[in-house]
Amino acid sequence: MILAQSTEEPFFRPEWVGRNLDRIWEQLVEHAYLTGLAIAIGLLISIPAGVFAYRHRRAYPPITWFAGFLYTIPSLALFAFLTAYTGLTTLTAEIGLVSYTLLILIRNVVAGLEGVPPDTREAARGMGYTSRQMLWRVELPLAFPVILAGIRVATVTIIGLVTVTSLIGKGGLGAFILQGIQRFFSTPIVVGAVLSVLLAVAADLGLLGLQRVLTPWSREKKWA
Amino acid sequence: MGVVAEALVWLTDAANWSGTAGIPNRVYEHVRISVFTVMCAAALAIPVGMAIGHTGKGRFLVVTLSNVGRAIPSFAILGLALPIAIKLNLGLGFWPTFIALFALAIPPILTNTYIGVAGVDRDLVEAARGMGMGNRQILRRLEMRLAAPVVMVGLRTASVEVVATATLAAIVAGGGLGRYIIDGFAVRDDARILGGAILVAILAIFTELFMGGVERLARPRTSS
Repeated sequence: MILAQSTEEPFFRPEWVGRNLDRIWEQLVEHAYLTGLAIAIGLLISIPAGVFAYRHRRAYPPITWFAGFLYTIPSLALFAFLTAYTGLTTLTAEIGLVSYTLLILIRNVVAGLEGVPPDTREAARGMGYTSRQMLWRVELPLAFPVILAGIRVATVTIIGLVTVTSLIGKGGLGAFILQGIQRFFSTPIVVGAVLSVLLAVAADLGLLGLQRVLTPWSREKKWA
Repeated sequence: MGVVAEALVWLTDAANWSGTAGIPNRVYEHVRISVFTVMCAAALAIPVGMAIGHTGKGRFLVVTLSNVGRAIPSFAILGLALPIAIKLNLGLGFWPTFIALFALAIPPILTNTYIGVAGVDRDLVEAARGMGMGNRQILRRLEMRLAAPVVMVGLRTASVEVVATATLAAIVAGGGLGRYIIDGFAVRDDARILGGAILVAILAIFTELFMGGVERLARPRTSS
């Protein structure tokens, strides 16, 4: 173990990567898992909250105010606060991470629903759709591209925040960054930083691809 | 006794309000590095953003910086700043934190300055030219004033991010309010962790509200 990085220590030692491939893969998987879980739970909260805010306009400002309040609290402070109740657990990490998805996701759910053309709504009503049927078969599918745009922003944000959870014993790739800082050894820092950026870029492009496949009509709009 | 009650006892204990490790000094350290960094970042990013917005040259740089800036986690930036500071013989604490916060503050200020200046109505610029204003006058008397509110949004985003991330400075042996959280983790002192988390949250929300107020002042008054 290298305890102090001298000025001669190179930024990056490739041989370290070779020795730690298994751990790197494990942390990468954990990083993706913590992110995916946070986005999934975030959506389970944000879709009903967004639909509610869309139908009851007066509820929208207090909902965004609360989500904005959570979003403003620095991540380390929020995780620190939660450890007092839920300890150094995945639950603590997830509560914190989910809190940061809400503002982005709820805003996009509401914006997506607002973008549904009134004519389409009228037509659905004329065909005898109940408001529940209209929500699931008309409004949410048409709002989907905007919601997915929110999912992309939230995913990139959460991948960054997962690194901070290394301070409460989780962290995915962030664990390498923390390890590197504590040992003054830059190679794991570079590995953790580069891989988390690559993960964010890959997730963003993957979600963009998903949007193209699932909503071909939004792609055609560009040429129309 | 609940943890929150313990934290309140910690927050109101006179012993925690004096000396180097006291709350006033930690708040001062936190605010000092945040203000210093945002000012340095603004001194670089505002002129560069204005030049790019005015001439339209170097747009690619702005777009790339803001995209890459969003994908790199601030924790990773802090991690990478540490070996850089050591390489440059700048030591621990202040300088690695400064490098990280500086890198973090540049993209939002640069992007917003560029958008603000580039978004000024070209007809107004033509009119000013027709009135005989030179490039420098157009920039100073027209573009700078009309762009001010957008620039302020960038400064607000940067300030809130910097205050939040300055909490992480404690990991690289810096001062500021993060010390309470990191040191509290080390000795498992929940009251101190929670007390520190509460202080950081208050400071972040205060920054958001304060910069929001400054931003409103920068909005041009519509006079007849």
